[in-house]
Amino acid sequence: MAKSLFEEKLQSDEFIVTTEIGPPKGVDIEEMAHHIDLLKDRVDAINVTDHQSSVMRYPSLGGCLLVKERGGEPVMQVTCRDRNRLALEADLLFAFSRGVTNVLALTGDCIDVGDHKEAKPVFDLDSVQLLEMVRTLESGTDQAGNELKGTPSFFCGATVHPEADIIEPQLIKFNKKVAAGARFFQTQGVFDLAQLRRFMQYASQFDVVILAGVIVMASARMAKFMNDNVPGIIVPQDVIDELATAEKGKGLQKGIEIAARFIRSVKEEKLCHGVHIMAVGNEARVPEIIEAAGLIGSRA
Amino acid sequence: MIVAEQKPLDELMNMIEPYNRILLLGCGTCMTVCDAGGEKEVSVLHSRLRLAEAKRGDGAHSYSEFTLKRQCESEYMDLLADRIADIDAVLSLGCGIGVQAIAESYPFLPVLPGVNTSFMGMAKEWGIWDERCAACGGCRLDETGGICPITRCTKGILNGPCAGTKNGKCEANPDIDCAWILIYRRLEQMNDLDKMRRYYPPRNFRAIPRPRRIVSRAIIGAGENDG
Repeated sequence: MAKSLFEEKLQSDEFIVTTEIGPPKGVDIEEMAHHIDLLKDRVDAINVTDHQSSVMRYPSLGGCLLVKERGGEPVMQVTCRDRNRLALEADLLFAFSRGVTNVLALTGDCIDVGDHKEAKPVFDLDSVQLLEMVRTLESGTDQAGNELKGTPSFFCGATVHPEADIIEPQLIKFNKKVAAGARFFQTQGVFDLAQLRRFMQYASQFDVVILAGVIVMASARMAKFMNDNVPGIIVPQDVIDELATAEKGKGLQKGIEIAARFIRSVKEEKLCHGVHIMAVGNEARVPEIIEAAGLIGSRA
Repeated sequence: MIVAEQKPLDELMNMIEPYNRILLLGCGTCMTVCDAGGEKEVSVLHSRLRLAEAKRGDGAHSYSEFTLKRQCESEYMDLLADRIADIDAVLSLGCGIGVQAIAESYPFLPVLPGVNTSFMGMAKEWGIWDERCAACGGCRLDETGGICPITRCTKGILNGPCAGTKNGKCEANPDIDCAWILIYRRLEQMNDLDKMRRYYPPRNFRAIPRPRRIVSRAIIGAGENDG
């Protein structure tokens, strides 16, 4: 039996679309609620980020509960940066008890890239160990081997970096994540179809769902900034050049065009099972991207 | 060896402010090798303090200099007995262990730390030291090609690189090598990549509860463990 609606969808032959929202810094959740309402029927699941880029925000779990309340399907991003194994276990128990059962296991960006640079980095676990921890919880015990009163069950995913400049160690880690129970992968932002093809040649031997990460760029400047400052992002020069051709104030429009074109190619080539759209602050524009990519219609 | 950096002069001057007669105390071992607090640094610091006070026009302190072979061993502490009779405080240029060894030996003597003890490492080249060991208490260098991911990966993770590595460098600092790329390359050279393919469970932090103590087997055998 499927552990979540999202898992059920992934078992179909549909082209899957997921996206993500970043919770606010503060307690005004109105805009987040608006984004959820805008997206929930247009995508198959909404990730809620966990202090993305190590910037402190409203928690992922809180955002996931809001997604559920408003009738959407949340994916809880869980990083190992801020919580030790006790805290991670407790949050997972809480999440399950409230119907949040899709988990994206991440190691998490380092503290230094964020806004709390003097905080203590935890990293009691890494992403692979986190996946194993979920599996242990599902077997009815905690990390210390003690029996749980009531056993949770999750649908787990992870990330992979198909465009890493040194790919082999990333593939080794990908294997470990698969072995540790990751059933779906939302890749880091991909820009080059050839690299995605190369990765899929390797990944297709595993029985896992791959959703290609699509980052929507708002300008050439933003692309360069992300190259320099956001871990794991490599925006190729031709994409930066194309963004630079946009008229003043039309950068995001161009970024949407590029993202939509990429998604269309992925779908037409049946390169992978779907896409994960990361609009980084432009969540409200995701419906446009979906439409421009020819993925029209409600998915509810 | 232990690597440290001398504290900024302003901080040192604030620290010694309440006292009059200061013993500047160097350490002849690690602190000498890392240029933070050997005999030479004691002498240079002495001059800098005097100069700064002369500039400020309040040469309130009197200084004496001495360097112990090792501040971290109690057997050397007796050498201090004569020198502390007529001082108000020791400004130690030993590592944090040295400062505490003196404090334990002389209960009424204020001991001030003159360096920030930074890490255990080695000299990369003259004047540059790199951290190499985190003293985690569970060495796994046999599994990682002789390169420590706990020390050299900013996240200390055990199952391979995170996705933040770029050009073989770390996401936290583009001047620092990604430990896992180094490990990968070395294991590949040694045809030993299976070690990286293996799953490594979470670390046992039980080795850590501080403070740690190691009792040599010989002492346990002789029944001399004082608990």
